Amino acid sequence: MTALAFHDVSCVRGGRALFAGLTFGIAAGEALVVTGANGTGKSSLLRLAAGLLAPTEGTVTRSAHVALMTEAAALDRDSTLAHALGFWAALDRDRQGPEEVSAALDRVALAHLAEVPVRLLSTGQRRRAALARVLVSAAPIWLLDEPANGLDVAAVERLEALIAAHRDGGGCVLVATHLSLAIAGAASIELAA
Amino acid sequence: MRLRPLIARDVRRGYAGGGATLVIVFFLLVATLFPFAVGPDAALLARVGGGVIWAAALLAALLPVERLIAPDLEAGVLDQMAVRHLALAPVAAAKMVAHWLAFAPPLMGAAVIAAGLLDLPGAVLLRVEAGLLIGTPALAALAVATAALTAGLRGAGAIAGLVMLPLAVPLLIFGAGAAEGGSAALKLLGAVSLLLVAGAPFVAGAAIRAAME
Repeated sequence: MTALAFHDVSCVRGGRALFAGLTFGIAAGEALVVTGANGTGKSSLLRLAAGLLAPTEGTVTRSAHVALMTEAAALDRDSTLAHALGFWAALDRDRQGPEEVSAALDRVALAHLAEVPVRLLSTGQRRRAALARVLVSAAPIWLLDEPANGLDVAAVERLEALIAAHRDGGGCVLVATHLSLAIAGAASIELAA
Repeated sequence: MRLRPLIARDVRRGYAGGGATLVIVFFLLVATLFPFAVGPDAALLARVGGGVIWAAALLAALLPVERLIAPDLEAGVLDQMAVRHLALAPVAAAKMVAHWLAFAPPLMGAAVIAAGLLDLPGAVLLRVEAGLLIGTPALAALAVATAALTAGLRGAGAIAGLVMLPLAVPLLIFGAGAAEGGSAALKLLGAVSLLLVAGAPFVAGAAIRAAME
């Protein structure tokens, strides 16, 4: 059962062809790592996968909900971390889920910062907070754009463990990264310039 | 109602950081500028007062335009909405409701003070308030649609004025007309307001979608 599939997908942005004829599928429990130099279309590929962009040619199919983590954390700067995550939890579940939020903060080791305003978080902490938002969404398909940017060694290990746990639970992951991540048995695609 | 958390969040953000105070102070400032410009003739002020309040309300509605859509677009909030299969037109409609809740009650309160400053009779104030109640949803809808159209542009504030003020002219005409008496103007104000409120979410949704590409 393929959760996310690209069939012969081309992407043209701003009159420039980024990639063409891209075909792959990711099934439950699988992971795909997209690498490539800056500007080769890694982020565009993730936005295509999320349905935020329409492919110039080809089709993208998704069989389940997706969770997207990009450079923009989408957390209100003036709210506390718990409150900002609670907003997304409420949108996803149609009710406030303080347990899910605190469980997710615990898993990214930010539980002690739950009552701190988002604007005071460091770059790495904000990335982990965005990861907590992905955890809270409970979506089976994770789309992570440079998830390891700004993370320290311990946080990168935690990220790898979270990805592994998500795959063990039947989820799948599409990661765009220029840093090397230890993701067991992951397929990979390199986008050429 | 799935978008209730969004409305609650936007109302909170609207009032946070003195947003409502800013609208009130700006509105009263514009309303007090007119007596300085036309002179302290009580009879004249009482005659133009309703129109003055409407013009001030229009300018005050323009004030928060840059804060309505652009920050959410930049922070990826609207991307996350789209990923969750929330259609953008209802999201825009929720933002209009929230903006109205954050901006109309303080404005209608401030209109009472402005009426005092302009020495408006009670009956005129009542008609102005009735007009504002009918017209402010349209002002909120226009503000959100304009915010979506200008999000991400340089000098968005100035362009927003150019986009929004001409579209708000019918509201101004019928709003000020209703203040002078005549229920026909109030009915026409309602019709214009309904049209803008019904159309704006789709315009705003399409504009947000285009800005996200």
